[in-house]
Amino acid sequence: MPKAHDVLFRTLADPTRRALFERLCREGETTVGALTARARVSQPAVSKHLGVLRQAGLVRDRHEGRQTHYSAQLGALAPLIDWTSQMTGFWQSRFDDLEDLLKRMDQ
Amino acid sequence: MTATETRSVIVEREIPYPPEKIWRALTQPHLIEEWLMKNDFKPVVDHRFNLRGNWGAADCRVMAVEPNKTLAYTWAAMGLESVVTWTLTPTGTGTHLRMEQSGFRTDQRQAFGGATQGWQRFFTNLEQALARIE
Repeated sequence: MPKAHDVLFRTLADPTRRALFERLCREGETTVGALTARARVSQPAVSKHLGVLRQAGLVRDRHEGRQTHYSAQLGALAPLIDWTSQMTGFWQSRFDDLEDLLKRMDQ
Repeated sequence: MTATETRSVIVEREIPYPPEKIWRALTQPHLIEEWLMKNDFKPVVDHRFNLRGNWGAADCRVMAVEPNKTLAYTWAAMGLESVVTWTLTPTGTGTHLRMEQSGFRTDQRQAFGGATQGWQRFFTNLEQALARIE
């Protein structure tokens, strides 16, 4: 699996983090405070999860006064939903295996 | 981009073996299994077969068989309907092997776009994918 997929899957594997990202996708830009109010974890934990999402490119932060606003970056998911590039990768590796097999086969 | 527009994936490679040998690897089930997936393939037009991998299965139907030259079958998997066409062209040193998978409808891809239902579907799929990884 390509590296970009690894990072995205690892980042979204955590249910709390995934729920935060899903909310940002649905509700648009939201403050940390508003996210915490409806999360089942503390604000430092929410901030930590948002930091991980930000590093993966899945969210962007914007500072306004004392508030930090977060928004989802849907483009970051492109590697997961681009079927043509996924299938190209799939077939490239199948071709590799086919060539290996041909080397092993009798004439 | 309109909803009915289709896209295709093309992979081509020069292979240092004659078409006859590659044809065997493309059409004999025990050989197909070694480089693609478990299958019940038969090189007979209209034969229906499955390809079964760790990630799930593809439902296929043979569309064209021209020994050592062309092989085409439909490929339906994970909500994607497509056609896989293999073309073998002899060269001085072996074979030019071309695979084209065509017929991805762009709306299938766009179903994951901004809409809420799209996202819910995406996350359902993602969760299933993650469950398989674990």
